[in-house]
Amino acid sequence: MFNRDRWTEILQVLTANWFRTVLTAFGVFWGIFILIILLAAGKGLENGIRADFGDIATNTMFMWSQGVTKSYKGLPKDRNFNFKVEDVDALWDNIPGLRYVSPRNQSGGFQGNNNVIRGLKSGSFSIYGDYPEIIRQQPMDITSGRFINHSDIRENRKVAVIGTDVRKSLYDKGEEVLGTYIKVNGVNFMIIGTYHKSNANGNNQAQQDIYTPFTTFSQVFNRANNVGWMAITAIDGTPITVLKEQIFSFLKERHTIHPKDLRAIGHFDLFEQFSRVVRLFGALEFVAYFVGILVLLSGIIGVSNIMLIVVKERTKEIGIRRALGEGPWSIKKQVLMESIFLTIISGMAGIVFGTLLIYGINYVLDMNGPIDMFANPNVNLGVVIVALIILIVSGLLAGFIPANSAIRVRPIEALRSE
Amino acid sequence: MIQIKNLHKSYKMGSNSLHVLKGIDFSVEEGELVAIMGSSGSGKSTLLNILGMLDGADSGDYVLDGVPIENLNETKAAQYRNKFLGFVFQSFNLINYKNAMENVALPLYYQKVGRKERQEKALKYLGQVGLKEWATHLPSELSGGQKQRVAIARAMAAEPKVLLADEPTGALDSKTSYEVMDLIQKINDDGNTILVVTHEPDIADMCKRIVHLKDGVIVEDKKIKQVRASAYV
Repeated sequence: MFNRDRWTEILQVLTANWFRTVLTAFGVFWGIFILIILLAAGKGLENGIRADFGDIATNTMFMWSQGVTKSYKGLPKDRNFNFKVEDVDALWDNIPGLRYVSPRNQSGGFQGNNNVIRGLKSGSFSIYGDYPEIIRQQPMDITSGRFINHSDIRENRKVAVIGTDVRKSLYDKGEEVLGTYIKVNGVNFMIIGTYHKSNANGNNQAQQDIYTPFTTFSQVFNRANNVGWMAITAIDGTPITVLKEQIFSFLKERHTIHPKDLRAIGHFDLFEQFSRVVRLFGALEFVAYFVGILVLLSGIIGVSNIMLIVVKERTKEIGIRRALGEGPWSIKKQVLMESIFLTIISGMAGIVFGTLLIYGINYVLDMNGPIDMFANPNVNLGVVIVALIILIVSGLLAGFIPANSAIRVRPIEALRSE
Repeated sequence: MIQIKNLHKSYKMGSNSLHVLKGIDFSVEEGELVAIMGSSGSGKSTLLNILGMLDGADSGDYVLDGVPIENLNETKAAQYRNKFLGFVFQSFNLINYKNAMENVALPLYYQKVGRKERQEKALKYLGQVGLKEWATHLPSELSGGQKQRVAIARAMAAEPKVLLADEPTGALDSKTSYEVMDLIQKINDDGNTILVVTHEPDIADMCKRIVHLKDGVIVEDKKIKQVRASAYV
């Protein structure tokens, strides 16, 4: 393999007809180039959409109560029901495979009245009553202070964590926030922290929320033990999509709802949405490989063709070599190495050019700011290694037929040919 | 050195077969210089090809230097060719993109001789045929006689038991032919066994023994008094 004479010869043969070699190499170059570009574009799309999901726990569903639509056990239809705080413990006790169950309450929001006042300033924001676990389901960066903790929950502390936009509208620049008070619907809350959601992608509501302890919220805003909705995350490896039917039927039984009443509990299954997107990426990657490898295949057929011609041209030379005592294996190896060398060199060129192009695209993207649904197209080392393996295998395949034809001719006939 | 018994060879030509060698019995001692003569179609080249293991016989025994040559696969045949035989062809058959020295070194490469030793040996044999200064020249830069001398150096480089020359002077003018024959005689003088296929009587006369082939059988096998080529050079 690392034999100086063999390599000298490979170079001699391949450089004997430069133009032909370059044209042949272009086929493989183009194939691997297309493969890399397609994979990178798919990755870019994936990155873009994954950024929309951010680091939200994707194995999550949101569940809320709606009107009952079927009469059951003597209870009429068209009545309302609420999830209760007790449902949470019951869920923990009866449904295995849960990771987080966060009951939530909300008030205000979306162009409502000004519900928050601080001194002379006021604003309209969404107020949430939450458990500390919510930060694991909907991640946010705590930019100062801390988030709600279980002591806050236990002691019904009137504390709040506010978004950066809330801070902007209620405070002057540079003003100390922590330890100050804001009045929410007439109740004073002490600010214990500020947050910023980094994966908001353009949603300007995201920084305008106020988080308070769930228990405090229920108490001061008279929600009793009612729960507005729940965010439920299952443990990894157990899709919430599988678990949710169990949860629904359990809760229906608890609230005396007809088991076939499909409209009583509304929900949004994030995992299902997410898996749909993941499947789409899988399909995209498959298409990229499929198209790329087909293009590469035509390049390989080109290499194979040229190698056949080279072998044909060198029939007499091969005859001479065999008369001088070169074994058939050595000749076969020579042809195979020529073919592999040609494919790898042109393939590497394809990889390098593809990567340069991707680099260029990334540069332009960085200059012009983020684009929706497309971010940081790239190929990882794994893809490059896969591409290299594909190249070596295809070089072998391309050289196989020519190599066999090189030793199929008997030496005496090879010597006679002109 | 070479023993052949009852050698037969025929070629398939469509539906009928052409019986080229019809029972050849023939042996060569070490150090002989044998001319194989005959008109075209007499089977002399076929005989040489079988001796050179480039072609297989249909039946008959062939023993080369005590080794029975039978049931050869290509790998084995290549090894034997490399070890036992040196070839000189009518059309020189040098590899045109390799220079004289690389051409001479080629059989040594197949013997897996190291690069440095290979070059030294190649230069030594090029020196013996008087072409040391031409070592870095490509075949296209050499005259016919020079090419054939490079080819002879190449054949000798592997230090074979037998040198097989197929019409070595067929593509050369008579003056160059004698120069080449002079070289072949000198190599023979050193004790090497050489077989020369030719149809030129004056070339045959420069050997020590002439074997006449006609229609696939040996019609005449005689020892002669060698004419030294140096007298003509």
